[in-house]
Amino acid sequence: MSGPGTNTHAVNVRGYLMVFATLMVLTIITVAVASLNLSEGTTVLVAVSIATIKAALVAMFFMHLKSEKPMVFWPLGLTAVLFAALFAFLLWTEGDHLFGTKFSDAFGSAPKTSEPGGH
Amino acid sequence: MDALPYTTTIRPDTGLTNPKLGIWLFLASEVMLFGSLFSAYALLRTGAPSWPDQSAVLNVPLATLNTVILISSSVTMVMAWAGAASGKLSRYRLFMGLTLLGGALFLVVKVIEYSEKFSHGLYPSTNNFLALYFTMTGLHAIHVIAGMVVNAYLIGPGTRMWTRDHLRFTNRIEIAGIYWHFVDVVWIFLFPVLYLL
Repeated sequence: MSGPGTNTHAVNVRGYLMVFATLMVLTIITVAVASLNLSEGTTVLVAVSIATIKAALVAMFFMHLKSEKPMVFWPLGLTAVLFAALFAFLLWTEGDHLFGTKFSDAFGSAPKTSEPGGH
Repeated sequence: MDALPYTTTIRPDTGLTNPKLGIWLFLASEVMLFGSLFSAYALLRTGAPSWPDQSAVLNVPLATLNTVILISSSVTMVMAWAGAASGKLSRYRLFMGLTLLGGALFLVVKVIEYSEKFSHGLYPSTNNFLALYFTMTGLHAIHVIAGMVVNAYLIGPGTRMWTRDHLRFTNRIEIAGIYWHFVDVVWIFLFPVLYLL
């Protein structure tokens, strides 16, 4: 059915079922890890990492990105950059207490404390 | 009906059919739509002096069930496409029917979850977390409904194209599938972020 100039990907039912099984296992791992009472940072890292792996599996195999033409990846690449920017902007307001850094200190513009006995 | 060019043949300058490029551009905008809500969640949560214990407020077993349902419906969707691509109409109908069933079950579970919250006096106005929970899952549910409308058309009146222009029909299933899988991907992130962290 497929041929030059047409738009069909190879059908791989066994592959789809293997991806399905992997997604189910990863879902169980996600729930199990969340119930382990690990530190908040570790839980977030593990949960988001597993979710990213699951999303990548769905995108590569079910959405056929694995065998897609290069033109698809240009808008997706731009989207990935803009998506990352949405979260990078959070550092301006939240970086201080998220990572313990003072961005204003790092750039040498921290206001000096003038209170008596201040540190 | 030849108004739409390159629905089945590859457009030389893009290397893709027009619907394929179109759905990916649309999904790129959808990533930013949901991305803005995810970043709003991150901003509000990291900036909050205290945050509710999400897994205690929400029903994790029901959400896990919904994750299984939606992932299963993604598999049945790709199997429906595989049935169409192989020219097996009954196989296509079976799996597309199962995909629709999966979407419906997902929404039923969502209604149960929402009802549970409302009956406990938990509304979007209760706190920032619940406002985000209802906004994000509500927007996602609207996407599920939209996907079900398209899938219902493709298993109903849309099937007429099966004999008239089979390749184009198969491509429609693939495009509808790409959208449906995206809805699944969004839930794959919503589930841990809203229920488990």
